[in-house]
Amino acid sequence: MNKTYSLANKIALAGVAGAILLGVGPLFWFLIERTEANYFLFDRSLFAILLFTLKQAFLSSVISVGLGLAAARAMTRRKFWGKAFLLNLFAVPQSLPAIVAVLGFLSVFGNAGLLPGLINTYGLAGIIMVHVFFNLPLAMRLCLETLNGIAPETFRLSQQLAFSDLQLFRHVEWPVLASSLPRIFALIFLLCAASFIVVLTLGGPSATTLEVAIFQSLRMDFDVGRAFSLSVLQIALSLALIAVAGRALVHGAPRTSGIAAPRTDGRSWVARVFDCGALVVAALFVLPPMFAILVYGLPQIELSFELLKALGFSTLIGGMSAVLTVVLAWSLAKYLTPLNYVMTLSGFIVPPALLATGWFLLARNLSGSLWLAIVLVVALNSLMALPFAVAILSEGFKKMRLGHEELCAQLGLYGWNRFWRIDFPLMKTSTLQAVLLAFVFSLGDLTAVTLLGNLGLVTLPALLHQQMGHYRSQEAAGTALILAGLCFAVAALAQLMRGANDHV
Amino acid sequence: MITFKNSLYATEGFALAINLHVNANQFCAVLGPSGAGKSTLLSLIAGFENLQSGSICLDGIEATQASPSQRPVSMVFQDYNAFGHLDLWTNVALGIAPNLKLDAAQLEAVDKALDSVGIASLARRKPFEISGGELQRVALARILVRNKPILVLDEPFAALDPGLRKDMLQLVLELQKTHRLTVLMVTHQPEEAKKIADKIIFIGDGKVSDAISTAAFFKSTDKAVARYLG
Repeated sequence: MNKTYSLANKIALAGVAGAILLGVGPLFWFLIERTEANYFLFDRSLFAILLFTLKQAFLSSVISVGLGLAAARAMTRRKFWGKAFLLNLFAVPQSLPAIVAVLGFLSVFGNAGLLPGLINTYGLAGIIMVHVFFNLPLAMRLCLETLNGIAPETFRLSQQLAFSDLQLFRHVEWPVLASSLPRIFALIFLLCAASFIVVLTLGGPSATTLEVAIFQSLRMDFDVGRAFSLSVLQIALSLALIAVAGRALVHGAPRTSGIAAPRTDGRSWVARVFDCGALVVAALFVLPPMFAILVYGLPQIELSFELLKALGFSTLIGGMSAVLTVVLAWSLAKYLTPLNYVMTLSGFIVPPALLATGWFLLARNLSGSLWLAIVLVVALNSLMALPFAVAILSEGFKKMRLGHEELCAQLGLYGWNRFWRIDFPLMKTSTLQAVLLAFVFSLGDLTAVTLLGNLGLVTLPALLHQQMGHYRSQEAAGTALILAGLCFAVAALAQLMRGANDHV
Repeated sequence: MITFKNSLYATEGFALAINLHVNANQFCAVLGPSGAGKSTLLSLIAGFENLQSGSICLDGIEATQASPSQRPVSMVFQDYNAFGHLDLWTNVALGIAPNLKLDAAQLEAVDKALDSVGIASLARRKPFEISGGELQRVALARILVRNKPILVLDEPFAALDPGLRKDMLQLVLELQKTHRLTVLMVTHQPEEAKKIADKIIFIGDGKVSDAISTAAFFKSTDKAVARYLG
């Protein structure tokens, strides 16, 4: 059947394209106007930055995927006390804001932390540690979904054929992993390469990535030529990774019943030690920062006026951008054509710093009103949260469309009638879930506020960043726990709805 | 009436050449080996797939480019004949107007259709609360209100028990007689075709040959037919 773009889809595409043009356009104009500027200059310092970007992303991805895979295998073939609880704990980092994770990490390994001097917190080691904190659980979850997708009969058959652990891995597990591991790796590599807040807070002059360097060249030196050169590298890198990751970015692994097949392999003590070791090492990366946030934060919770005001701004921005994100995502996710897919990922492809600066240039003549700042932050947040919302909605649409597409076509259900009678009722849960997760994303996001920081908007993550910068560590601990708790609670609510909706 | 003229449908690794004429008010069974293109033929008639070349004429009107909802065709699928979140009454009413704005006569038509397929008492139930046989009756009720001259069914009762299957076939046969429908039904059971169909359309070797009378089909000496019947 022909799937032409609906009006809503065209508007969404135009909106995203317009936002990008409004960002890149003014900077480009600025560049052309000043012919003496040395634009598109690729000097040695640029390649040093590219090299560091690749290095930290590669190491973070290798550790995350390697440990994540080992931990996922241990989870599928072991039963142990507290397994469900551990799995739930591993789901927490996904909902935590980057700045909270940085604080948690510093509270453990920083100079004033629990284990001072163990590792060099600023620079490569620190950046990798925090990236692994976020992405190891993600890698584990994706590997678990892949492994749980293997039919239970396969394990019964391999038992009958008396496969050894190694043979089982080679004949059963590896074939499914081989197709999904490159995509998981590319996804995590992309997230680490585009990571902004972690590198901004823990990096330094010799430890900086493309995204941060773009921000600094625009903010510190207003060197638009250099920013463009860096952006070209970043965009090329993102596009290459997206090409490798394919649809995995918004589809993930196929969702199965989630009930793993009962397994009888891995009984040798070597396998036991290996699985146990994988889980312990993974837990050491993931649990201490969360533990530190909780322990340091609990005694410091105090609802000051400053905090409530920041919370108010965050909720307002989070709510507005959640609605905008999901309105855009709805029509993009319905039929995920290549064009819709690329536009969905535009927040990953075009460096946000570039967009923010372009918008700022356009808006600076409109005087710095607070509402303008809010609108711009909401727009940037929505663009960055779009892939996450589209991922949830396209999964819902895929499930909903089973068989319905033909019936709707035959009965002539189009446009408003179809939206109101069929799509919306069936997509209610997915939509609400997408709203909640987009809300969590915006609530914890510091990137947009930092990029548009000169507009004087202090959200909860921005307040936390200020408190950390001014060594008000006790207040920071309290703010971090409140922010983390809020994000976790809303994300958990979204997760519960997914479970409740599984029978539809 | 259904007419395919010099028609070709092709996708990657699959091609189906169709030259077919079916008279109005006939009950045709569509037979052929798995993967021969039985469902494709129905989808082409209903408009879910489009021809690469040739033309389709339905009920005397050129329909090669018409969208599914513009065609004088109703299709019954093997599964998913009803929207799971809407009650049976609404599922049938959507067959009259996608915006559900019905006048008094149309409201009555929905009730009557539900009654004539024997599920009037279930009108306010949701699809997951009823059995598979009842669910296919919803599809038939909607066909009645849609009132299209051509009905195509894609193995509609394959998942039902033998007794229920017989009842449903009887119901389709009655509908065909009273409403003078042109029916094409895909089935995997030649015996079933023998009992109810006026004509047989056999699909094999990438070709749809013309409809032949049921008696002639079962005496056919054609190699492909013989291989299929076993």
